[in-house]
Amino acid sequence: MSTLVLLTLTGLGVAALYLLVASGLSLVFGLADVLNFAHGLFLGVGAYATWWAADNLPGAGSDGFGFVVAVAFGVLAGTLVAVLVELVLIRPLYSRTIEQVLVTVGLSLAGVALLQATWGADARPFPRPSWTREVTGVLGANVPNAGLLLIVAAAVVLGGLLAFLHWTRYGLVIRAGVENREMVTALGIDVRKAFTLVFAIGGAAAALAGALGGVYFGTVSPGQGGSLLIFAFIVVVIGGMGSVVGSAYAAVAVGLLQQFVNYYGTSGLGDICVVGLLAVVLLLRPQGLAGKVATA
Amino acid sequence: MSVEPVLTVEDLSVRIAGLHILQGVSFTVAPTGVTVLLGRNGVGKTTTLRAIVGLTPRSGDVRGTIRMGVQSLLARPTHRLVRGGLGYVPEDRCVFAGLTVAENLRLAERRGSTPAYDKVFALFPELDRRGRQRAGSLSGGQQQMLAIGRVLLNDNRLLLVDEPTKGLAPKVVTEVAEVLERVAESVPVLLVEQNLAVVRRLAKDAVVLSAGKVAWTGNAQELLLETALTKSLLGVGSGEVHA
Repeated sequence: MSTLVLLTLTGLGVAALYLLVASGLSLVFGLADVLNFAHGLFLGVGAYATWWAADNLPGAGSDGFGFVVAVAFGVLAGTLVAVLVELVLIRPLYSRTIEQVLVTVGLSLAGVALLQATWGADARPFPRPSWTREVTGVLGANVPNAGLLLIVAAAVVLGGLLAFLHWTRYGLVIRAGVENREMVTALGIDVRKAFTLVFAIGGAAAALAGALGGVYFGTVSPGQGGSLLIFAFIVVVIGGMGSVVGSAYAAVAVGLLQQFVNYYGTSGLGDICVVGLLAVVLLLRPQGLAGKVATA
Repeated sequence: MSVEPVLTVEDLSVRIAGLHILQGVSFTVAPTGVTVLLGRNGVGKTTTLRAIVGLTPRSGDVRGTIRMGVQSLLARPTHRLVRGGLGYVPEDRCVFAGLTVAENLRLAERRGSTPAYDKVFALFPELDRRGRQRAGSLSGGQQQMLAIGRVLLNDNRLLLVDEPTKGLAPKVVTEVAEVLERVAESVPVLLVEQNLAVVRRLAKDAVVLSAGKVAWTGNAQELLLETALTKSLLGVGSGEVHA
């Protein structure tokens, strides 16, 4: 029983990480039709900015309120980079898919190279509050607090995102734009503002994933964003482009599948099963679990 | 004394994906009543409306002159044209299926102006009753009413309405025609319509397109009296019009 609980909660922790990355990715693709391969860069920036801030930013630290300040700084840095990327690089290329892919792939490679050149290729120990290194007993299982932190953070982000999408004017514009962007403009709405907004939201969530991923893994490295991005893309495709709720379901399915198969099968088999799940979904329901129409 | 047109289209050419869809189209829209844009399938009626409202695909090439009053519309982004009073009801309605009726209407509200819900609900009481229903679950006629209602929430200087009766039951066609008749009392309408009974009921002026060019312009009722002309231009005699 305790093994099941541990595997489930660990799987949900990984799912939370995927969801934080995938939710922004999904909204950006659903609304703006941009396949953003540079999304992992926002995660990397968030992680490194948090790591840097914990040691160097006045008021920030690796424990207590100081750590909250460091994470806030990391999220802010990721958000700013995302907004800059949208305004400077993506905006001139809307409706030019191939150029977008080239730019975002190039940016992700350049971003990793820049992080490596600045702080080295090796993984660095990540500043972690002491309580995140401990475990909490849940139904007889000792669950790492870092995983529980990820679950809580993802749940709060998901709730906040859904509230934003349902109860605000911009949320309404985003939900409508995911369905039919052209018609949104034909109602007199400048949809480009919503593009910038979804990049900002996606960048913030990815940067938070970077900071909390650092806490979860205990280290930060330049390639971390890229490896998580692969699974985030799988989550987005399974969940349905543009659907945050679909991404949440898909993230849980992928996270749990990985954990259980890796434990009861062979280590690494979980990743293969995830790819198998992706293939099955693409064959049986190519629009994903929630499709492009349902957005929340 | 000549009356200034609300819309002037001069020498409009549109190329999309290598196809020369509109080839020097020129016409005007009177400041009152309904001007109907007619023609067989594929002659460029929808392309004309989309060019006016700035929705030609980016890969397309639009040349010529489009003016609303003295203001040039070409090269202005769609959302600015719409905010400037150009209302657009697209072909196939394009309601947001995943949003509720109320959300569809709320989306059309414009900052700085009071949305005319009273007017819309007076024309379409059904929309008021079905506010919480998802637009995707409405019937075709109800979706059309929502698409028109969305535009009527705001003041417009000109309405572009693309095939509003397409695919609707005869009873609903009559209802939609009645609404457009009332709407046209206060705002000029450029209408694309295939149903000649609706054209006969609504249209004052007509512009007929053929193979991307203007083939005929003039009084719509006179056109409908010319059976041979309607047969040659539209492929259907006015005598075949169903009510």
